[in-house]
Amino acid sequence: MPEANADIIMPDGAEKLFGAVSLDIIRLDGAEKHFGAVKALAGVDFSVRAGECVGLVGHNGAGKSTLMHMVAGTLAPDTGQIAVRGGVEASYSVPRAQQLGIRCVFQELSLCPNLSVAENTRINHASLNGFGWRRKAADLIAAKLDEIFPGHSISASDIVGDLSITSRQMVEVARAFTVTQEPLELVILDEPTSSLDAHTAGQLLAFVRRFVAAGKSCILISHVLGEVLGNADRIVVMRDGKVVAAGQADQFDRDRLVTAMGGAAAREKAAAEIASGKPEPGPLRVRARPARQQDGNELVARAGEIIGLAGLAGHGQTDLLLAIFAAASRARTGIEVTAPVALVAGDRQSDGIFPQWSIAENIGIRSLARLRNGLLISPQREAELAELWQRKIGIRTPDMNNNIFSLSGGNQQKALFARALGSDAKIVLMDDPMRGVDIGTKLEVYDLVREEARHGRTFLWYTTETEELDNCDHIYVFKNGRIVANLRRDELTEEKIIQSSFGEAA
Amino acid sequence: MLRSLLPALSLALVLIAIAWLNPRAISYFGFSLMLNLAIPIALATIAQMFVIAGNELDLSIGTFVGFVGCVTATWLKDAPLLGVVILLGSIGVYALLGALIHLRNLPSIVVTLGMSFVWQGMAILILPKPGGKAPDWLLALMAFKPPFIPFPIVAALLIAAVVHFGLMRTSYGVILRGSGGNSAALKRAGWSLLRTKIALFALTGLFGVLSGMALIGITTSADANIGNGYTLLSIAGVILGGGEFVGGRVSPIGAVIGALTLALAASPLLTFMHIPPDWQVAANGAILIIVLAARVLISRRER
Repeated sequence: MPEANADIIMPDGAEKLFGAVSLDIIRLDGAEKHFGAVKALAGVDFSVRAGECVGLVGHNGAGKSTLMHMVAGTLAPDTGQIAVRGGVEASYSVPRAQQLGIRCVFQELSLCPNLSVAENTRINHASLNGFGWRRKAADLIAAKLDEIFPGHSISASDIVGDLSITSRQMVEVARAFTVTQEPLELVILDEPTSSLDAHTAGQLLAFVRRFVAAGKSCILISHVLGEVLGNADRIVVMRDGKVVAAGQADQFDRDRLVTAMGGAAAREKAAAEIASGKPEPGPLRVRARPARQQDGNELVARAGEIIGLAGLAGHGQTDLLLAIFAAASRARTGIEVTAPVALVAGDRQSDGIFPQWSIAENIGIRSLARLRNGLLISPQREAELAELWQRKIGIRTPDMNNNIFSLSGGNQQKALFARALGSDAKIVLMDDPMRGVDIGTKLEVYDLVREEARHGRTFLWYTTETEELDNCDHIYVFKNGRIVANLRRDELTEEKIIQSSFGEAA
Repeated sequence: MLRSLLPALSLALVLIAIAWLNPRAISYFGFSLMLNLAIPIALATIAQMFVIAGNELDLSIGTFVGFVGCVTATWLKDAPLLGVVILLGSIGVYALLGALIHLRNLPSIVVTLGMSFVWQGMAILILPKPGGKAPDWLLALMAFKPPFIPFPIVAALLIAAVVHFGLMRTSYGVILRGSGGNSAALKRAGWSLLRTKIALFALTGLFGVLSGMALIGITTSADANIGNGYTLLSIAGVILGGGEFVGGRVSPIGAVIGALTLALAASPLLTFMHIPPDWQVAANGAILIIVLAARVLISRRER
């Protein structure tokens, strides 16, 4: 690595000075992009060299995705140029990017759910055809899954739609690393671990390090700052469509990244607040025993408590949340619910959002009874509710009557929180809702959750990010659909959770 | 598991009912007679299946089959070259419809509903009154009597096998189905969605032509309205066979089984049950509702 970037370099052209051009896999100079009146990218210089892992961080809406779409060839910059290995590309496109060995794993899953794992592999490889292509495709993806995620339980003939979201993400990542005819030089990983649990995420990041050590390159986008700090060689921070900081990874730490991204460092405040102790817990809100629980363990939640559901992804946490949700309207054995319930879905695209509706309508749907005026919904009350929560939770939009998709991913999730918190629900179930949400949004929502809990709301919070459990009063660790550990916050350590998650096959 | 067996199960159920009502129907001759019209229905169902694989719907397949029937009973017999050109041209029209629907982002229901009147009108222009005659080679083909297994069953197996191989096993078949599953992913991987849509519609046209020809080979003469019932029958056949309206989930084998079930339930079963012809259409609809409802219930339980 050249010495010139030993310190954080501001992007006013200085970045162009270092790094021999021939070493650059890809280089963007002065890239700009407008979507209507919105300036998504305002003159960005960005480059990736061979054998390096570049971490890219920034709030949702900072322009990371737009930049990556340009690198992958799915978007063309309005102005600025793209050069690959020193040669300027006049008409850069997806096929050209693939020819040059540049691949991308996009944040939204891009597998065909109706096809098998092997067939999905075929889609990315035009050369997998002719006799025996099925065998070749199956072997190719199985070998790569074995390499990246040893011990996985995915078969090449599985239909993708039947797989869990975790498995789907594993397939998607593995597929990006398969090689047939075209070379493989650079892989863009956009939130690759958002649906993975700690174990598989670790496997993936270890593989990325091996991949980079072999002279290939990688762009790692993640909202889990620890992943970026621990695995990137160089870090680029974006804000408002510009690169605001860039430098060697060891020049950054968590606080510095958060400051550069513009997210107020509220973590200390959070810690202090939690440490200050809680009032006595209120009356019982939820008592639930997972369907597969054999011993006497059960989940108990009282008014004003934040309960964490931890463990590896897909070990029965979501199932229990859904069972509690169902039990609120129809009695079920083994589950006792004493107050109205609202659910914040994890997979917001398929379970949370009404795509044709405005932001205000998306927020109001859980509170229709209150918004009613005679037989009709009162637009005025709906607007009032929406505005209240726009202020309270900070949804960034000029008009709450815009379509929900006009919002960035993090703001969409905020709208879903507003839907639950704006309702009469005393119990809020959260199904890993912070997946792929930027740190600034997360900190704001954490504050809000704690505040709402102080006012007597109960939260049941399934999360795959151990850091989030810091916000909880009580943590239940799940394994194979059962509660295997029951920790108070002061007993909580990452080791303990991992220990319980991987512990004896009880 | 149960769900994938459902098409075969419903066919078995209809067969058992027929065997119970009239054991003599379960014979070489009985099947040849009962499944007489199953071949054109199966071909029309396969045609519909291709557009459904791409998340579209073809409301014109019935009148298209009628149009093809009229061409087959007139020009294909009297001026074979012209007949072939017209039929190939009509497949080309289907391909163009696919391109139009993709490029202008039009709802296929609207476009094909409009086209259904065009096909109907042209069929009436060709044959204002029922009549015409099927070409002799076609009559000979449809009257073929293989040993042991009745011709309609042989034909159904052949259709199912060929289409299953083409759509489910070839590498381009994956791309065609993928376009219904997640078109954005396909586009990102560098595939042309225009081409997949054209291919799917052209295949629909091709199988529509085959269906119309097979139909005339059986009925020997044509009528401009002869295929009108096929639109809904073909959609029901695809769904009965385990297909879904969106998401690229289709099954050629299931679609053929669905078509056979419908062909059997449509008239032989009801006749054996002594249901008067006046009520047969309504009874047919009731059977469809029951079978499709069972399918929904079973898939929901499995989820």
